[in-house]
Amino acid sequence: MADGVKVEIVSPEALVLSAEARSVTVPGAEGYMTVLGEHAPVMTVLRPGFVTVTDGAGTATRYFVAGGFADISDDGVAILAEEARPADAFGRAEIEARISAGQAALDAASTPEEKMAAQTALDTWKNLLLEAGTAGATAH
Amino acid sequence: MPSLKDLKNRIASVKSTQKITKAMQMVAAAKLRRAQNAAEAARPYAERMEGVLAGLASAYQGREGAPALLAGTGKSDTHLLVVATGERGLAGGFNSSIARLARETAARLISEGKTVKILSVGKKGADILKRSFEKNMLDTISLREVRQIGYGTAQEIGEKLLAMYAAGEFDVATLFYAEFKSVVSQVPTAQQLIPAQFKAGEGEAGLARNYEYEPDEDAILTDLLPRNVSVQIFRALLENNASFFGAQMSAMDNATRNAGEMIDKLTLSYNRQRQAQITKELIEIISGAEAL
Repeated sequence: MADGVKVEIVSPEALVLSAEARSVTVPGAEGYMTVLGEHAPVMTVLRPGFVTVTDGAGTATRYFVAGGFADISDDGVAILAEEARPADAFGRAEIEARISAGQAALDAASTPEEKMAAQTALDTWKNLLLEAGTAGATAH
Repeated sequence: MPSLKDLKNRIASVKSTQKITKAMQMVAAAKLRRAQNAAEAARPYAERMEGVLAGLASAYQGREGAPALLAGTGKSDTHLLVVATGERGLAGGFNSSIARLARETAARLISEGKTVKILSVGKKGADILKRSFEKNMLDTISLREVRQIGYGTAQEIGEKLLAMYAAGEFDVATLFYAEFKSVVSQVPTAQQLIPAQFKAGEGEAGLARNYEYEPDEDAILTDLLPRNVSVQIFRALLENNASFFGAQMSAMDNATRNAGEMIDKLTLSYNRQRQAQITKELIEIISGAEAL
Protein backbone atom coordinates (compact mmCIF):
# COMPACT_ATOMS: atom_id res chain seq x y z
CA MET A 1 0.00 0.00 0.00
CA ALA A 2 1.18 3.48 -0.77
CA ASP A 3 2.35 5.71 2.03
CA GLY A 4 -0.34 8.28 1.65
CA VAL A 5 -0.41 11.64 0.04
CA LYS A 6 0.04 15.18 1.21
CA VAL A 7 -2.89 17.37 0.29
CA GLU A 8 -3.25 21.13 0.23
CA ILE A 9 -6.38 23.03 -0.67
CA VAL A 10 -5.68 26.67 -1.36
CA SER A 11 -8.13 29.41 -2.26
CA PRO A 12 -7.04 32.96 -3.12
CA GLU A 13 -8.13 34.08 0.30
CA ALA A 14 -6.67 31.38 2.50
CA LEU A 15 -5.05 28.02 2.91
CA VAL A 16 -8.12 25.87 3.54
CA LEU A 17 -6.48 22.56 4.30
CA SER A 18 -3.00 21.17 4.60
CA ALA A 19 -2.90 17.57 5.75
CA GLU A 20 -1.64 14.07 5.20
CA ALA A 21 -4.26 11.79 3.67
CA ARG A 22 -4.63 8.25 2.42
CA SER A 23 -6.48 9.24 -0.70
CA VAL A 24 -7.90 12.34 -2.32
CA THR A 25 -10.71 12.43 -4.85
CA VAL A 26 -10.81 15.50 -7.05
CA PRO A 27 -13.47 16.64 -9.55
CA GLY A 28 -11.30 16.78 -12.67
CA ALA A 29 -12.55 18.37 -15.86
CA GLU A 30 -12.87 14.91 -17.41
CA GLY A 31 -14.38 13.19 -14.40
CA TYR A 32 -13.64 12.44 -10.80
CA MET A 33 -10.27 10.92 -10.06
CA THR A 34 -8.78 9.49 -6.92
CA VAL A 35 -5.17 10.11 -6.05
CA LEU A 36 -3.18 7.80 -3.80
CA GLY A 37 0.44 8.15 -2.81
CA GLU A 38 3.17 8.19 -5.46
CA HIS A 39 0.83 9.23 -8.20
CA ALA A 40 2.38 10.24 -11.52
CA PRO A 41 2.53 14.03 -11.97
CA VAL A 42 -0.70 15.31 -13.45
CA MET A 43 -2.10 18.75 -13.93
CA THR A 44 -5.82 18.95 -14.29
CA VAL A 45 -8.45 21.63 -14.51
CA LEU A 46 -11.26 21.23 -11.99
CA ARG A 47 -14.94 21.78 -12.41
CA PRO A 48 -17.14 22.80 -9.50
CA GLY A 49 -17.58 19.78 -7.27
CA PHE A 50 -16.58 18.04 -4.11
CA VAL A 51 -13.10 17.03 -3.05
CA THR A 52 -13.07 14.04 -0.74
CA VAL A 53 -10.08 13.67 1.54
CA THR A 54 -9.79 10.31 3.29
CA ASP A 55 -7.35 10.23 6.17
CA GLY A 56 -5.34 7.29 7.52
CA ALA A 57 -8.20 6.13 9.70
CA GLY A 58 -10.56 6.02 6.75
CA THR A 59 -12.60 9.05 7.72
CA ALA A 60 -13.73 11.06 4.73
CA THR A 61 -14.01 14.82 4.80
CA ARG A 62 -15.60 16.66 1.93
CA TYR A 63 -14.76 20.08 0.60
CA PHE A 64 -16.59 22.08 -1.96
CA VAL A 65 -14.43 23.68 -4.66
CA ALA A 66 -15.60 25.95 -7.47
CA GLY A 67 -13.27 25.74 -10.44
CA GLY A 68 -9.52 25.96 -10.37
CA PHE A 69 -6.92 23.30 -10.95
CA ALA A 70 -5.09 20.51 -9.21
CA ASP A 71 -1.36 20.06 -9.36
CA ILE A 72 -0.46 16.48 -8.57
CA SER A 73 3.26 15.98 -8.19
CA ASP A 74 5.80 14.12 -6.06
CA ASP A 75 5.15 16.68 -3.33
CA GLY A 76 1.49 15.72 -3.09
CA VAL A 77 -1.75 17.18 -4.30
CA ALA A 78 -2.17 20.93 -4.45
CA ILE A 79 -5.69 22.04 -5.20
CA LEU A 80 -5.96 25.65 -6.23
CA ALA A 81 -9.59 26.61 -6.25
CA GLU A 82 -11.20 29.96 -6.73
CA GLU A 83 -13.52 29.09 -3.92
CA ALA A 84 -13.01 26.34 -1.39
CA ARG A 85 -14.64 25.47 1.89
CA PRO A 86 -15.82 22.51 3.91
CA ALA A 87 -18.87 20.88 2.33
CA ASP A 88 -20.83 21.25 5.57
CA ALA A 89 -20.87 24.98 5.04
CA PHE A 90 -22.23 24.55 1.55
CA GLY A 91 -25.90 23.68 1.42
CA ARG A 92 -28.37 22.75 -1.28
CA ALA A 93 -29.92 26.18 -1.11
CA GLU A 94 -26.71 27.72 -2.35
CA ILE A 95 -26.46 25.35 -5.29
CA GLU A 96 -30.06 26.09 -6.16
CA ALA A 97 -29.32 29.79 -6.06
CA ARG A 98 -26.47 29.23 -8.51
CA ILE A 99 -28.70 27.19 -10.77
CA SER A 100 -31.19 30.00 -11.02
CA ALA A 101 -28.33 32.45 -11.63
CA GLY A 102 -27.07 30.11 -14.35
CA GLN A 103 -30.55 29.94 -15.88
CA ALA A 104 -30.70 33.73 -15.93
CA ALA A 105 -27.29 33.86 -17.64
CA LEU A 106 -28.49 31.34 -20.21
CA ASP A 107 -31.58 33.42 -20.94
CA ALA A 108 -29.47 36.54 -21.25
CA ALA A 109 -26.88 34.93 -23.55
CA SER A 110 -27.11 36.20 -27.11
CA THR A 111 -24.37 34.48 -29.12
CA PRO A 112 -24.22 30.70 -29.54
CA GLU A 113 -20.83 30.60 -27.78
CA GLU A 114 -22.21 32.40 -24.76
CA LYS A 115 -25.23 30.13 -24.76
CA MET A 116 -23.06 27.07 -24.78
CA ALA A 117 -20.86 28.33 -21.95
CA ALA A 118 -23.89 29.21 -19.87
CA GLN A 119 -25.50 25.83 -20.59
CA THR A 120 -22.35 23.98 -19.55
CA ALA A 121 -22.13 25.95 -16.33
CA LEU A 122 -25.79 25.30 -15.63
CA ASP A 123 -25.45 21.57 -16.25
CA THR A 124 -22.45 21.38 -13.93
CA TRP A 125 -24.43 22.95 -11.14
CA LYS A 126 -27.43 20.71 -11.78
CA ASN A 127 -25.23 17.64 -11.58
CA LEU A 128 -23.76 18.98 -8.41
CA LEU A 129 -27.20 19.24 -6.87
CA LEU A 130 -27.74 15.55 -7.58
CA GLU A 131 -24.36 14.71 -6.07
CA ALA A 132 -25.01 16.80 -3.01
CA GLY A 133 -28.20 14.84 -2.54
CA THR A 134 -26.67 11.36 -2.84
CA ALA A 135 -23.14 11.89 -1.53
CA GLY A 136 -24.41 12.88 1.89
CA ALA A 137 -25.82 9.37 2.21
CA THR A 138 -22.75 7.52 0.90
CA ALA A 139 -20.06 9.50 2.65
CA HIS A 140 -20.75 7.90 6.02
CA MET B 1 3.83 87.70 21.87
CA PRO B 2 0.67 85.65 22.38
CA SER B 3 -1.11 86.18 25.65
CA LEU B 4 -1.33 83.54 28.36
CA LYS B 5 -4.86 82.73 27.39
CA ASP B 6 -3.93 82.23 23.73
CA LEU B 7 -1.15 79.87 24.70
CA LYS B 8 -3.45 77.89 26.92
CA ASN B 9 -5.96 77.53 24.09
CA ARG B 10 -3.28 76.42 21.67
CA ILE B 11 -2.01 73.79 24.06
CA ALA B 12 -5.51 72.46 24.49
CA SER B 13 -6.08 72.27 20.73
CA VAL B 14 -2.76 70.57 20.02
CA LYS B 15 -3.55 68.09 22.78
CA SER B 16 -6.85 67.16 21.21
CA THR B 17 -5.17 66.80 17.81
CA GLN B 18 -2.66 64.48 19.42
CA LYS B 19 -5.48 62.40 20.82
CA ILE B 20 -7.00 62.02 17.38
CA THR B 21 -3.75 61.09 15.65
CA LYS B 22 -2.98 58.62 18.42
CA ALA B 23 -6.38 56.98 18.00
CA MET B 24 -5.92 56.83 14.23
CA GLN B 25 -2.53 55.24 14.70
CA MET B 26 -4.01 52.56 16.89
CA VAL B 27 -6.87 51.87 14.49
CA ALA B 28 -4.39 51.65 11.61
CA ALA B 29 -2.24 49.24 13.60
CA ALA B 30 -5.18 46.93 14.24
CA LYS B 31 -6.29 47.09 10.61
CA LEU B 32 -2.74 46.58 9.44
CA ARG B 33 -2.53 43.30 11.30
CA ARG B 34 -5.69 42.09 9.59
CA ALA B 35 -4.57 43.31 6.19
CA GLN B 36 -1.18 41.71 6.63
CA ASN B 37 -2.75 38.38 7.52
CA ALA B 38 -4.98 38.55 4.47
CA ALA B 39 -2.00 39.35 2.26
CA GLU B 40 -0.05 36.45 3.69
CA ALA B 41 -2.97 34.06 3.31
CA ALA B 42 -3.22 34.93 -0.37
CA ARG B 43 0.44 34.33 -1.05
CA PRO B 44 0.51 30.52 -1.44
CA TYR B 45 -2.19 30.59 -4.08
CA ALA B 46 -0.59 33.31 -6.14
CA GLU B 47 2.84 31.73 -5.86
CA ARG B 48 1.70 28.29 -6.95
CA MET B 49 -0.32 29.77 -9.76
CA GLU B 50 2.70 31.65 -10.95
CA GLY B 51 4.92 28.58 -10.71
CA VAL B 52 2.54 26.42 -12.74
CA LEU B 53 1.98 29.09 -15.35
CA ALA B 54 5.66 29.84 -15.67
CA GLY B 55 6.25 26.16 -16.34
CA LEU B 56 3.53 26.04 -18.95
CA ALA B 57 4.59 29.31 -20.50
CA SER B 58 8.20 28.23 -20.87
CA ALA B 59 6.97 25.40 -23.07
CA TYR B 60 5.51 28.01 -25.40
CA GLN B 61 8.68 30.04 -25.69
CA GLY B 62 9.24 30.90 -29.30
CA ARG B 63 6.38 28.75 -30.49
CA GLU B 64 3.50 29.84 -32.65
CA GLY B 65 -0.07 29.79 -31.47
CA ALA B 66 0.36 30.89 -27.89
CA PRO B 67 -2.77 32.47 -26.41
CA ALA B 68 -3.02 36.24 -26.81
CA LEU B 69 -2.85 36.79 -23.07
CA LEU B 70 0.63 35.31 -23.11
CA ALA B 71 1.99 36.37 -26.47
CA GLY B 72 0.42 39.82 -26.63
CA THR B 73 -1.19 41.46 -29.62
CA GLY B 74 2.10 41.82 -31.42
CA LYS B 75 2.26 45.58 -30.90
CA SER B 76 2.56 47.92 -27.98
CA ASP B 77 0.79 51.04 -29.17
CA THR B 78 -1.84 51.41 -26.51
CA HIS B 79 -0.90 51.07 -22.89
CA LEU B 80 -3.37 50.70 -20.09
CA LEU B 81 -2.17 51.77 -16.68
CA VAL B 82 -4.15 50.32 -13.81
CA VAL B 83 -3.32 52.45 -10.81
CA ALA B 84 -4.33 51.08 -7.43
CA THR B 85 -4.27 53.57 -4.57
CA GLY B 86 -6.13 54.12 -1.34
CA GLU B 87 -9.59 55.55 -0.84
CA ARG B 88 -8.46 57.87 1.89
CA GLY B 89 -5.61 60.20 2.59
CA LEU B 90 -3.73 60.80 5.84
CA ALA B 91 -1.27 58.07 5.03
CA GLY B 92 1.93 60.00 4.44
CA GLY B 93 3.34 59.61 0.96
CA PHE B 94 1.42 56.42 0.18
CA ASN B 95 -0.97 57.68 -2.49
CA SER B 96 1.35 60.24 -4.00
CA SER B 97 4.28 57.86 -4.40
CA ILE B 98 2.18 55.36 -6.37
CA ALA B 99 0.70 58.17 -8.42
CA ARG B 100 4.16 59.58 -9.06
CA LEU B 101 5.40 56.29 -10.47
CA ALA B 102 2.32 56.04 -12.67
CA ARG B 103 2.73 59.63 -13.81
CA GLU B 104 6.36 59.16 -14.74
CA THR B 105 5.53 56.02 -16.69
CA ALA B 106 2.66 57.73 -18.45
CA ALA B 107 4.82 60.72 -19.36
CA ARG B 108 7.54 58.44 -20.71
CA LEU B 109 5.08 56.41 -22.80
CA ILE B 110 3.47 59.53 -24.20
CA SER B 111 6.85 60.97 -25.16
CA GLU B 112 7.51 57.72 -27.01
CA GLY B 113 4.38 58.35 -29.01
CA LYS B 114 2.19 55.67 -27.45
CA THR B 115 -1.42 56.02 -26.45
CA VAL B 116 -1.95 55.90 -22.71
CA LYS B 117 -5.16 55.03 -20.95
CA ILE B 118 -5.50 55.14 -17.20
CA LEU B 119 -7.86 53.11 -15.09
CA SER B 120 -7.78 54.12 -11.48
CA VAL B 121 -8.70 51.81 -8.66
CA GLY B 122 -9.19 53.98 -5.62
CA LYS B 123 -10.25 57.58 -5.44
CA LYS B 124 -7.06 59.25 -4.24
CA GLY B 125 -4.94 58.19 -7.19
CA ALA B 126 -7.63 59.39 -9.56
CA ASP B 127 -7.64 62.82 -7.90
CA ILE B 128 -3.89 63.18 -8.31
CA LEU B 129 -3.67 61.83 -11.85
CA LYS B 130 -6.62 63.88 -13.07
CA ARG B 131 -4.53 67.00 -12.72
CA SER B 132 -2.09 66.09 -15.46
CA PHE B 133 -3.83 63.34 -17.44
CA GLU B 134 -7.47 64.35 -17.44
CA LYS B 135 -8.06 63.22 -21.02
CA ASN B 136 -6.31 59.88 -20.53
CA MET B 137 -8.51 58.81 -17.64
CA LEU B 138 -10.88 56.03 -18.54
CA ASP B 139 -12.67 55.29 -15.34
CA THR B 140 -12.33 55.15 -11.59
CA ILE B 141 -13.27 52.08 -9.65
CA SER B 142 -14.09 53.00 -6.10
CA LEU B 143 -13.48 50.52 -3.35
CA ARG B 144 -15.05 52.77 -0.76
CA GLU B 145 -18.05 50.48 -0.34
CA VAL B 146 -15.89 47.39 -0.04
CA ARG B 147 -15.34 46.60 3.62
CA GLN B 148 -13.03 43.68 3.13
CA ILE B 149 -11.25 43.07 -0.14
CA GLY B 150 -12.38 39.68 -1.39
CA TYR B 151 -11.43 37.71 -4.43
CA GLY B 152 -14.74 38.76 -6.00
CA THR B 153 -13.63 42.38 -6.05
CA ALA B 154 -10.46 41.52 -7.91
CA GLN B 155 -12.37 39.25 -10.26
CA GLU B 156 -14.67 42.07 -11.30
CA ILE B 157 -11.72 44.26 -12.18
CA GLY B 158 -10.01 41.34 -13.92
CA GLU B 159 -13.05 40.59 -16.04
CA LYS B 160 -13.31 44.22 -17.00
CA LEU B 161 -9.71 44.19 -18.16
CA LEU B 162 -10.17 40.97 -20.10
CA ALA B 163 -13.24 42.31 -21.85
CA MET B 164 -11.35 45.44 -22.83
CA TYR B 165 -8.42 43.36 -24.03
CA ALA B 166 -10.68 41.12 -26.09
CA ALA B 167 -12.22 44.23 -27.65
CA GLY B 168 -8.73 45.40 -28.60
CA GLU B 169 -8.83 48.51 -26.46
CA PHE B 170 -5.25 48.15 -25.33
CA ASP B 171 -2.11 46.13 -26.06
CA VAL B 172 -0.27 46.18 -22.77
CA ALA B 173 -1.65 46.48 -19.26
CA THR B 174 0.49 47.47 -16.32
CA LEU B 175 -0.61 47.45 -12.72
CA PHE B 176 0.69 49.99 -10.20
CA TYR B 177 0.55 49.34 -6.50
CA ALA B 178 2.69 49.56 -3.38
CA GLU B 179 4.38 46.41 -2.32
CA PHE B 180 4.35 45.89 1.42
CA LYS B 181 7.87 45.41 2.74
CA SER B 182 7.41 46.52 6.32
CA VAL B 183 5.52 49.07 8.36
CA VAL B 184 8.04 51.74 7.47
CA SER B 185 8.75 50.73 3.91
CA GLN B 186 6.29 50.35 1.06
CA VAL B 187 7.69 50.19 -2.43
CA PRO B 188 5.66 51.51 -5.36
CA THR B 189 5.76 48.78 -7.98
CA ALA B 190 4.77 48.46 -11.63
CA GLN B 191 3.82 45.00 -12.77
CA GLN B 192 2.94 44.02 -16.30
CA LEU B 193 -0.33 42.09 -16.30
CA ILE B 194 -1.10 41.56 -19.96
CA PRO B 195 0.65 39.98 -21.76
CA ALA B 196 1.65 37.86 -18.81
CA GLN B 197 5.26 37.99 -17.77
CA PHE B 198 7.05 35.55 -15.56
CA LYS B 199 10.31 35.91 -13.76
CA ALA B 200 12.98 34.01 -15.58
CA GLY B 201 14.07 30.76 -14.04
CA GLU B 202 10.93 30.37 -12.01
CA GLY B 203 9.39 27.65 -14.13
CA GLU B 204 11.69 24.68 -14.12
CA ALA B 205 12.05 23.53 -17.67
CA GLY B 206 11.60 19.93 -16.60
CA LEU B 207 8.26 20.65 -15.02
CA ALA B 208 6.48 21.15 -18.30
CA ARG B 209 7.76 17.91 -19.77
CA ASN B 210 7.11 15.48 -16.96
CA TYR B 211 3.51 16.33 -16.34
CA GLU B 212 0.49 14.73 -17.81
CA TYR B 213 -2.17 17.24 -18.63
CA GLU B 214 -5.87 16.83 -18.37
CA PRO B 215 -7.32 18.15 -20.67
CA ASP B 216 -4.32 19.24 -22.79
CA GLU B 217 -1.76 21.96 -22.19
CA ASP B 218 -3.46 24.50 -24.41
CA ALA B 219 -6.78 24.12 -22.65
CA ILE B 220 -5.17 24.47 -19.25
CA LEU B 221 -3.24 27.52 -20.32
CA THR B 222 -6.30 29.24 -21.80
CA ASP B 223 -8.16 28.42 -18.62
CA LEU B 224 -5.47 29.66 -16.27
CA LEU B 225 -4.27 32.84 -17.95
CA PRO B 226 -7.46 34.86 -17.43
CA ARG B 227 -7.59 33.57 -13.87
CA ASN B 228 -4.04 34.66 -13.31
CA VAL B 229 -4.98 38.25 -14.17
CA SER B 230 -7.56 38.28 -11.38
CA VAL B 231 -5.20 36.59 -8.97
CA GLN B 232 -2.45 39.12 -9.62
CA ILE B 233 -4.91 41.98 -9.15
CA PHE B 234 -6.14 40.39 -5.96
CA ARG B 235 -2.64 40.07 -4.63
CA ALA B 236 -1.83 43.65 -5.56
CA LEU B 237 -4.97 44.94 -3.85
CA LEU B 238 -4.14 43.10 -0.66
CA GLU B 239 -0.53 44.27 -0.70
CA ASN B 240 -1.78 47.76 -1.32
CA ASN B 241 -4.19 47.54 1.55
CA ALA B 242 -1.50 46.41 3.94
CA SER B 243 0.83 49.13 2.64
CA PHE B 244 -1.84 51.74 3.12
CA PHE B 245 -2.33 50.93 6.78
CA GLY B 246 1.41 50.63 7.30
CA ALA B 247 1.92 54.08 5.79
CA GLN B 248 -0.97 55.49 7.75
CA MET B 249 0.35 54.03 10.96
CA SER B 250 3.81 55.54 10.60
CA ALA B 251 2.37 58.85 9.40
CA MET B 252 0.13 59.03 12.44
CA ASP B 253 2.98 57.99 14.70
CA ASN B 254 5.00 60.92 13.39
CA ALA B 255 2.09 63.26 13.80
CA THR B 256 1.59 62.16 17.39
CA ARG B 257 5.27 62.70 18.13
CA ASN B 258 5.27 66.13 16.51
CA ALA B 259 2.23 67.11 18.51
CA GLY B 260 4.03 66.00 21.68
CA GLU B 261 7.04 68.17 20.84
CA MET B 262 4.80 71.10 20.12
CA ILE B 263 3.01 70.70 23.44
CA ASP B 264 6.34 70.67 25.26
CA LYS B 265 7.46 73.86 23.52
CA LEU B 266 4.18 75.64 24.11
CA THR B 267 4.11 74.59 27.76
CA LEU B 268 7.63 75.92 28.22
CA SER B 269 6.78 79.33 26.81
CA TYR B 270 3.52 79.34 28.76
CA ASN B 271 5.39 78.78 32.02
CA ARG B 272 8.02 81.38 31.15
CA GLN B 273 5.39 83.96 30.50
CA ARG B 274 3.51 83.11 33.65
CA GLN B 275 6.68 83.55 35.70
CA ALA B 276 7.54 86.80 33.92
CA GLN B 277 4.13 88.11 34.77
CA ILE B 278 4.48 87.16 38.43
CA THR B 279 7.89 88.83 38.57
CA LYS B 280 6.44 91.92 36.96
CA GLU B 281 3.62 92.09 39.46
CA LEU B 282 6.04 91.67 42.36
CA ILE B 283 8.24 94.47 41.05
CA GLU B 284 5.21 96.68 40.76
CA ILE B 285 4.16 95.95 44.34
CA ILE B 286 7.67 96.43 45.74
CA SER B 287 8.36 99.65 43.85
CA GLY B 288 4.92 100.88 44.89
CA ALA B 289 5.74 100.14 48.54
CA GLU B 290 9.12 101.83 48.25
CA ALA B 291 7.60 104.97 46.84
CA LEU B 292 5.50 105.45 49.98
